[in-house]
Amino acid sequence: MATAGGDVSQLLPQPLLASIEGAIEFIFSPQTSNVTGGKTVGGIDQVVELTLNQVELSVFAIGLSLLVALPIGLYLGHRGVGEWFALTIGSAGRAVPELALIALMATLIGVGVLNLTIALAVLGVPPILANTFVGVHQVDRASVDAGRGIGMTEFEILRKVEVPLAIPTIFAGVRGAAIAIVATATIAPIAGVLTLGDFILNPSIYGNDGVLAGAIVVALLALAFEFSLAGLQRLLTSPGLRLKAT
Amino acid sequence: MRTKKTRLRTAVAMLFALALTLGVAACGSSDDDTDTTAGGEGGGAIVANPDNGKVSLTIGSKNFPEQEILGEIYAQALAAAGYKVKSDLNLGSETVALRSVKSGQISGYPEYASTALTSFFGKEPEDVPADAQGAYEEAKAEFEKEGLTAFPPTPFASANAVGTLKTTAEKYDLENISDLEGVSEKLTLYGSPECRQRIDCLAGLEELYGLKFKSFKPVDIGLRYTVLEKGQADLSILFTTDPQLAAEKDKFVILEDDQEVFPAGNVIFVTKQSTVEEAGPDYEETIVQVQEGLTLPVMQELDARVELEKQTPKEAAAAYLKSAGYTG
Repeated sequence: MATAGGDVSQLLPQPLLASIEGAIEFIFSPQTSNVTGGKTVGGIDQVVELTLNQVELSVFAIGLSLLVALPIGLYLGHRGVGEWFALTIGSAGRAVPELALIALMATLIGVGVLNLTIALAVLGVPPILANTFVGVHQVDRASVDAGRGIGMTEFEILRKVEVPLAIPTIFAGVRGAAIAIVATATIAPIAGVLTLGDFILNPSIYGNDGVLAGAIVVALLALAFEFSLAGLQRLLTSPGLRLKAT
Repeated sequence: MRTKKTRLRTAVAMLFALALTLGVAACGSSDDDTDTTAGGEGGGAIVANPDNGKVSLTIGSKNFPEQEILGEIYAQALAAAGYKVKSDLNLGSETVALRSVKSGQISGYPEYASTALTSFFGKEPEDVPADAQGAYEEAKAEFEKEGLTAFPPTPFASANAVGTLKTTAEKYDLENISDLEGVSEKLTLYGSPECRQRIDCLAGLEELYGLKFKSFKPVDIGLRYTVLEKGQADLSILFTTDPQLAAEKDKFVILEDDQEVFPAGNVIFVTKQSTVEEAGPDYEETIVQVQEGLTLPVMQELDARVELEKQTPKEAAAAYLKSAGYTG
């Protein structure tokens, strides 16, 4: 490991470079630690294991958010009612303190995957609900009337007219939810599930290299979710809209 | 007024009762000198020295109840000795606390000798001296290489411990950690995220005791009793100074650490050598004097006031100083 020596190096960004170098080394090859009794820590195997745990937990939480927020948002948006509800839940939900929620649920349902899935879904529901509502509600009334005019049922109007037109807005909500959930799943090691947060929470074991490595991998993972959802959005957007839509 | 007085009297009575009943219970290794002798004979009240008024001190602590109580005790005692005292009791981890001492942001803070040796000086946990004096001297020598120093240790020691419900202990006939041999495969152990890979925690239980658990689950320190109460954890990593162990003796028990995986840490006050010179002899004398009454049962009782009875660390510290006769 390169440790920057000498006085001049203090003035240059080398210490920063050196710590990033250390973090990258931590990600790919196991390191020694003072407190583990000789066992190595970090390395690609452990990084992959913890990353997969974080992905799994995040997918559960995003799934639960969708399950709760999509139907409500679609219904309210189509009917054009409950604007206050859909949007206020959005702002209020963001103010819920995750740690307190996890601790509270620990006394009710215990710690573990279920506890964390619910706690994380609380972060995901507000943006999906708000964006689904707005996306569906803002669809041009003329299009809806045209649908009605050619004899579509209400469900067909929702499915064939409103949802396709609202896809970009709905996806913006899903992407926001996913980023928040993936990033926050980092705290899972305080409630029974080992995620990348283990590197960040335990500097005494993993050192500063591990902390930085954990942060880097979490950031990359959030970006990966963002890009895959953007790709999925392109696939789901109706071809006729692709030119106009972003 | 009346209720306050009665409360204080009850508290003092409780303190003595606990000191009597728990004097022998104690925690594992190395508390040979944590017996009940310390009581209140610490040389009586602290006398204010007008010379100290010129010196300003900032007492720090890490950010959990026991540390905050200790920080308050030292801060209030030093104020009684005539120093100008401020406190900064929310410093996070030991890494942050040590950095704050070095940078002069705080004058000093209480640290567990075992933590100092393992976290700061790279000592293997199994090599940490089991006796308080030995660990203190070794830590002090290391600190002095960096222009720091440490004052002598408190009577009480705090260590991690394997805890369980009394019913579980009875079911499997558990008294020592080594009794877990043969049953640990059926049991789930919960501990702090840090515990998993540390040799003075799960890694040590696996290697030195040769135990294999059904699973290990990481959990926030604040939930260490919740997981036992919820029945999720068969075993949970607790602290020997936990007030719950004293207050709910019929519910929770800790297993004797017969192979010494968990080093016990007595608290030493870490400060700069230059601060000691500036502050004069009353600095060390006051700190050593007020900690003489801090035996394991007394520390548990003070932790209980804050963690269970929701007093502030400041109130608990003031009550301790008063009942032990250090302040008027």
